[in-house]
Amino acid sequence: MNKRYYLIYDLEKCIGCHNCMLACKDEFVDNEWPGYTLPQPRHGHKWINIQRIERGQYPHIDVKYLARLCLHCNNAPCVEAAGGAIYKRQDGIVIIDPQKAKGREDLIKTCPYGMIWWNQEREIPQKCTFCAHLIDQGWGKTRCVQACPTGALRLEHASEAEIERMKKDEKLEVLDPEHNTSPGVYYKNLYLYNKCFISGSVAIEKEGKTECAGGARVLLLHNQARIDEVLTDCFGDFRFDGLPANSGLYIIEIYFDGLLKKSVEVDLKTSLNVGTIFL
Amino acid sequence: MTFKDMQFRTTLYGLEKLIRQKAKRYPSYARHLAEKNIVAQIKLKDNSSGRYYIFENGKVTSRKGVHPCPDICMAFEDTDIAARIMKPNRNQLDFINAGKNMQITLQGPDDLVMWFFETLNQLFTLGMEYGTDMGNGVKRYTSNTNGGPVFVYVKDGKIIRITPIEFDEKDATPWSIKARGINFTPPRKTTVTPYALAWKSMVYSPDRLLYPMKRVDFDPNGNRNPQNRGISGYERISWDEALDIVASEIKRVKREYGPGAIMNGSGSHHTWGNLGYWLSSRLRFFNSIGFTPVESNPDSWEGWYWGAVHHWGHTMRLGGAETYSTVEDLLKNCEMVVFWSSDPEATSGVYGAHEGTIRRQWLKELGIKMVHIDPYYNHTAAWLGGKWLAPKPGTDSAMALAIAYVWITENLYDHNYVATRTVGFEKWRDYILGKEDGIPKTPEWQEKETGVPAKDVRALAREWGQRKTYLAAGGIIGFGGACRTATGTQWARAMVCLMAMQGLGKPGVNMGCLQQGTPVNTKFYFPGYAEGGLSGDLEGTAMAANLYQRMPQLPTINTVYQRVPRLKIPEAILEGRCTGYPKNPKTIEGQFFKYAYPAPGYPKVRMYYKYGGSHFGTMVDTNRYTRAYRSEELEFVVNQSIWFEGEARFADIILPACTSFERWDIGEFANCGGYINHSYTQCNHRVVVLQHKCIEPLGESKSDYQIFLELAKRLGLAIPYSEGMTELDWCKRMFDASDLPKYISWKQFLKKGYFVVPNPPEELRDPVAYRWYAEDRPKDTPEISPLPADYTEEYGRGLQTQSGKIEFECSSLKRFDPDDPERPVICKYIPAWEGPHTTELYKKYPLQLISPHPRYSFHTMGDGKDSFINEIEDHRVLIDGHYYWVIRINPEDAAARGIKNKDLVKVFNDRGEVICAAQVTGRVRPGTVHAYESSALYEPVGEPGNSADRGGCINLLTPSRMIIEKSHGMAANSCLVEITKWEGGEVA
Repeated sequence: MNKRYYLIYDLEKCIGCHNCMLACKDEFVDNEWPGYTLPQPRHGHKWINIQRIERGQYPHIDVKYLARLCLHCNNAPCVEAAGGAIYKRQDGIVIIDPQKAKGREDLIKTCPYGMIWWNQEREIPQKCTFCAHLIDQGWGKTRCVQACPTGALRLEHASEAEIERMKKDEKLEVLDPEHNTSPGVYYKNLYLYNKCFISGSVAIEKEGKTECAGGARVLLLHNQARIDEVLTDCFGDFRFDGLPANSGLYIIEIYFDGLLKKSVEVDLKTSLNVGTIFL
Repeated sequence: MTFKDMQFRTTLYGLEKLIRQKAKRYPSYARHLAEKNIVAQIKLKDNSSGRYYIFENGKVTSRKGVHPCPDICMAFEDTDIAARIMKPNRNQLDFINAGKNMQITLQGPDDLVMWFFETLNQLFTLGMEYGTDMGNGVKRYTSNTNGGPVFVYVKDGKIIRITPIEFDEKDATPWSIKARGINFTPPRKTTVTPYALAWKSMVYSPDRLLYPMKRVDFDPNGNRNPQNRGISGYERISWDEALDIVASEIKRVKREYGPGAIMNGSGSHHTWGNLGYWLSSRLRFFNSIGFTPVESNPDSWEGWYWGAVHHWGHTMRLGGAETYSTVEDLLKNCEMVVFWSSDPEATSGVYGAHEGTIRRQWLKELGIKMVHIDPYYNHTAAWLGGKWLAPKPGTDSAMALAIAYVWITENLYDHNYVATRTVGFEKWRDYILGKEDGIPKTPEWQEKETGVPAKDVRALAREWGQRKTYLAAGGIIGFGGACRTATGTQWARAMVCLMAMQGLGKPGVNMGCLQQGTPVNTKFYFPGYAEGGLSGDLEGTAMAANLYQRMPQLPTINTVYQRVPRLKIPEAILEGRCTGYPKNPKTIEGQFFKYAYPAPGYPKVRMYYKYGGSHFGTMVDTNRYTRAYRSEELEFVVNQSIWFEGEARFADIILPACTSFERWDIGEFANCGGYINHSYTQCNHRVVVLQHKCIEPLGESKSDYQIFLELAKRLGLAIPYSEGMTELDWCKRMFDASDLPKYISWKQFLKKGYFVVPNPPEELRDPVAYRWYAEDRPKDTPEISPLPADYTEEYGRGLQTQSGKIEFECSSLKRFDPDDPERPVICKYIPAWEGPHTTELYKKYPLQLISPHPRYSFHTMGDGKDSFINEIEDHRVLIDGHYYWVIRINPEDAAARGIKNKDLVKVFNDRGEVICAAQVTGRVRPGTVHAYESSALYEPVGEPGNSADRGGCINLLTPSRMIIEKSHGMAANSCLVEITKWEGGEVA
């Protein structure tokens, strides 16, 4: 069975150290890998780019990262448009031919993910090669994967069936599936990037003091349906995550000591900290 | 003729043959021989036996007897001494003893003597193989950095790749810990920090200093123009000219004023390696010429050293905690971790790369509860999750007192522990309850100070009081940005007091966050850099403890008793006087000895020899330093630096040093020794690295060791400085001094480049920190501090304090100054001297700026230099062709000032102005702004010292007031500023 290379990136495991981007620069800046790519310019290119994502408002916020790189798509629009200047190898790696692609600035626009970079000095388009020159020497991993301290990035050499299983078991997703390019890079916990949360704190008055209402039951309702339910933690905090942005009105119901104490309506545009709700 | 006489003659005869043979075989050696035409005599002192060697145009011949006028002469007392010295792998102690006892004398110019030593020493090192052949002309070497050990791939004399080290099948197997049904084992590799991966770009940086330089308008024999330091340009000069100027200035200054007029200091960190570190070659050289040292403040420990020490001792850790085996204890027993001013994902345990990160993933796996207390939603909080509480900077100790209040009033502390393992609790309890000042330190009271809701603090206190909790105070214990606020001593003191109430040392109750305390082998000896390397310095390094006995070396002693506190260099220069308090790790009272500059009978500083990283981005109120440089009081400034940045641009003469990739060295992953004893327990594996000379030094740059040697040659000190040895010879000596030879031969180690120390069996792992203390047993953790005299009862019983217990009421402070309003005998909350309580200033500058240690760079390494690090947008932001330092501001504060993300802004107060790029973020609370310290660049837009900086030296803004008056400590995180949008034009 034909196996190909896939890169899997877990947003939950990424600490944002940027080791991947730095390892990429270490490997490609000032180094030419004949047949694979010319050197990466010292400035400007980020073949793997780490984007910081911040959701929510002080003090309920969330900071995660998203790795963006060439997705080595199966239906790669760049390959289609390049007339042989960009090709897909048997093992799934998409390579820009440094000779044939000379002068082809037009190819930059073919990538719907914006992951082809223009090298002004050499007049060539460039991008992530999945470290094909190392893979072909038997390295077994890319530089970014090797430098990642937490395993947030991993390279898989897998058959169609194996990757399908991983997708199912680990709930892997592709980035912006509307592009229909059948990418070879999969994301885990992508909701941290493309979904929203509603959070808040619940407090009560007790013997003249404000106390955190731990253990309160908090329900989330949307379109008259109950869609989620959580208990507040010892700080009275609750959070519902994985909600689509701009998805309209939600009702938060708070039950304490078995009784419905408060109901709050919110219009969800982006991640939202509703603040402290006093019962 | 005796047998020994014959042996001596034969050796001398054979020497010529050996030199010829090696020259034939090794072209590099032949080239070396061709460098000098000299006559070198070796003889007995009584002239009864000898042979002289004639080196001429690369050829060597020799004749029996005594030459009438040799260029150099090595004379032995007798054949017995000669036999011991003239052999391969001689015992260096024999050589040192013979030299000190005048049983061997050397005559002739230093450079020729050194050359002859190199000629002899190379006979035994030529042809040694090192590195691993990877095919295609690529060789893989090993090196070590502040951010982890690395493989270095070299082709055609150029570094092509730097990677973490992945172990091979022969390397030792890792430890594993079984906890709560899961087996935890670290992967068989080393991790690296971002700045370690940026090294290639720093080695080949356009900012590298490639040849010696002289300021164009500096004339040592005429007009020196000190006022133009930092303004006028530089011209290339030869090494000879540069070294001659520096050597003659050293002589002149000593002649005119005495050695006390020479000042030298270092940045807090240097490139890695036990020989090249600032505590090694540098000290050996300066001790040999005599100098006024710059005394460093405990810059990452401040509050711990000036505060916490008085409660629990640990002076040798500058107030930090024991950490042994806390990884296993935490994984097995702990229910909650409180990270307080603790961001190990940013600070990496100083040198621990991402070793702790791997283990903190296990925290998540086990579902252990986490709380993060920090004005900034730091990287550890962002990754691990949990509750975030954001006190206003400098108010943490108010929150701590309120936590104690809840424990006391709700009976949530360990009464028995407090009764038996501590003293003075009642006095503190009464203060907290308000019996002393009428103010109960309730959660509501703290809310007014910290801005953190009382309910949240009450909830935290209850949770903490009922769960086995680890307190991570700082990224490693004894650090944390909170300890560098005006209330830093109180915070660190409060951390100790809180843990004393919860039974420090009981299962699951301890200090840490898995950053320190892995079950690696602490019995295997390899020195850390703070053990002084080749410094010979028994006072200024930790050499006396172990290394001096294992690697005997010529001791070096500075005869100058004068010193200058680092934070007061500008006052010393500009005002001619200052005072300081010492950083003395020996004993608690060491820090009480106030000293003055100038010291009695000593001259003021006239020459400043600066070495290593710049102070502009790392000390406080640093426009002061710029102004000091431009003073006439400083007659001569020399800077020894790798890059043309920061303070290097203020020197008269610049000496270009090479990086650690261009010279030999030896060092262990994260082993600093000294103040962080057994610091390698933050690594998953102990990895000792032979730091290969991977490439030749760039341009004309030289290693620090070599630069000092060249100067030593001009001062008649070459042999005492070097002991006749090259850097590789010293590496071998350090190898021999360690436990490495029990496991690996020099030949194998030199070739492979690293060694993974095998772990002890489970039953021989170190006991858990403080368990002995909690259970009132003799100390069983593997550290030799405190010193024997500091135990009150029996040796090994109790802590370093007078009572031998944790003291809520500090006996040392009662003795020293019981009425000190800044440092009372019990831990109190005293509002910061710069902050919301300083009403007038707060009105003018309503934003509290914190500037913790940076995440992506380390000290000034990694930043600037056109390094890859600058491409990280959370580090610097590229705007109009310039990489600006980042300042983080809450959306509310930003909106009020019309500031948007990536706008250029001016951050300012009465002390200075810095142009930064704004990052608008909910990671800081309204009223607080955050920018890292440690910019490598200082780029004043106008007159240096009196204009805005767009390099990013946030420390232009921070206060120079001492954290408490009776200290030498900085409080950079108590700093009020205002921010306005920078509209351009203001800055040309």
